[in-house]
Amino acid sequence: MSKICKPLPLALSALVIGLLPSVASAQEGTLDSGDTAWMMVSTAFVIMMTAPGLALFYGGLVRRANVLSVLMQCLTCMGVLTLVWIVIGYTLAFGPDIGGVIGGLDHMGLAGIGLTPGEGETIPPLLFAVFQGTFAVITPALIIGAFAERMKFSAFLIFSVLWSICIYAPLCHWVWGGGWLGAAGDLDFAGGTVVHISSGTAALVAALLIGKRLGYGSEPMPPHNLPFTVAGAALLWVGWFGFNAGSALGANEDAVLAFATTNTAAAAATVSWILIEWWTLGKPTALGAASGLVAGLVAITPACGFVSPMAALIIGLVAGVLCFYGIRLKERLGADDALDVVGIHGVGGTWGALATGIFALEGFLVEGGRMSQFIVQLEGVGITILFAGVGSWILLKITGALTGGLRVDEEAEQLGLDLGEHSERGYILGSSGD
Amino acid sequence: MKKVEAIIKPFKLDEVKESLGAIGAQGLTVTEVKGFGRQKGHTELYRGAEYVVDFLPKVKLEIIVADDRLDDVVEAIEKAAKTGRIGDGKIFVLPVDDVVRIRTGEHGEEAL
Repeated sequence: MSKICKPLPLALSALVIGLLPSVASAQEGTLDSGDTAWMMVSTAFVIMMTAPGLALFYGGLVRRANVLSVLMQCLTCMGVLTLVWIVIGYTLAFGPDIGGVIGGLDHMGLAGIGLTPGEGETIPPLLFAVFQGTFAVITPALIIGAFAERMKFSAFLIFSVLWSICIYAPLCHWVWGGGWLGAAGDLDFAGGTVVHISSGTAALVAALLIGKRLGYGSEPMPPHNLPFTVAGAALLWVGWFGFNAGSALGANEDAVLAFATTNTAAAAATVSWILIEWWTLGKPTALGAASGLVAGLVAITPACGFVSPMAALIIGLVAGVLCFYGIRLKERLGADDALDVVGIHGVGGTWGALATGIFALEGFLVEGGRMSQFIVQLEGVGITILFAGVGSWILLKITGALTGGLRVDEEAEQLGLDLGEHSERGYILGSSGD
Repeated sequence: MKKVEAIIKPFKLDEVKESLGAIGAQGLTVTEVKGFGRQKGHTELYRGAEYVVDFLPKVKLEIIVADDRLDDVVEAIEKAAKTGRIGDGKIFVLPVDDVVRIRTGEHGEEAL
């Protein structure tokens, strides 16, 4: 690869600065239709990842009586969090930097975010904002898996909105928006820390705070619709091309590299999870294959534009095995993380962030070389866990206070959230109408 | 009149239905049920968590017959539903007080 890319944050800072709401600036880039077309497709792909991708993936894993509650939460994220992003999220994340910590409010309501690319850029700022918004939507949606089957809808809504504003936006700013982590050389191409470690940590905190599901440990709770889960996983694989290769912000060499590494890692992790499951438990399972592929995609997310395809293969192979064991973590910690957000996103994202330091191509490393880069990655992981962990705890406490408890009452939980929170049934099939 | 209730293996349903039709026993009701007797269940594996499932899917057949047809019907079901392996099922015979054909209001054996 001949082109040496500047770390994302610098490019983005230039983009933002070039668009400060003053009179039409003389600093303008040229809109490239190839880049713009690809970025629109990427944006659509990432939306698809939330629903139907994640929606089906999670929906199939819960029990029948809760399927709609999960789908509803994913759709609601798409609705509410898109609006939150436009109104306040975008500007906090990508507004003019204040002390390396947060963006200014200059772009509230996407003010000043227009259609003309900034200097050195090839896509409209508006497209960039919408694309980034899809990430702000899916990250809180991932946390759904931790509190599934027992969280009040009102609590989920409030928590997700608060999280998007208070945790996602700042973290996004630190890594991509011109903030201090990016400035320190932290490499995160598409969101290993910003998306996966943050949501994985939040998931652990949420699962611990909200408590275990009734009957957990004694009642069987197998997935009620694995075809949904597999279909969802497949949609996630396809959509992830937008998530990762789209983070190159154009149809360029970086995007192609990210495309290739993403595909490779997904494939490798699918295989390694199948194999480790076959070897240790005796049978390879469809759920294992689906979980493996997601784990691989999670792990490659921070690394995708910075490593070689062969490195991606290794990253994927390791991710499958690591996350296979990672899902046991929740039991050790006494958390009922219903859909394994911690094991897959937390563990997978951490591996990915560190692997980025191990395998990043020379041109991307900070001044001190690979060891220094690895330390920066480690810092990024640590800071994210700390911030997301403590922050989520605080936000959950606030939410609980506002809603009179995070959890539905026992009767509703036993009836199922579909009826309890939404007065709906997911399936009215069969002659008995049941 | 008697009610014959049979719990059989699901894949045997067609064979039993054909067999009953062949001896002229018309009409039956079928429900999908689950249960177990001596047949062992199976284990399922989801993300490393093992579930032991005792219940097995079965089909429950219900047919009402005149007393003089009882033996033929029971024999037909027994022969058709048998595989020789554990879990073949059971047949229950119960007395019936009355049968009514809703369309015509007929009672008793005429309503069969």
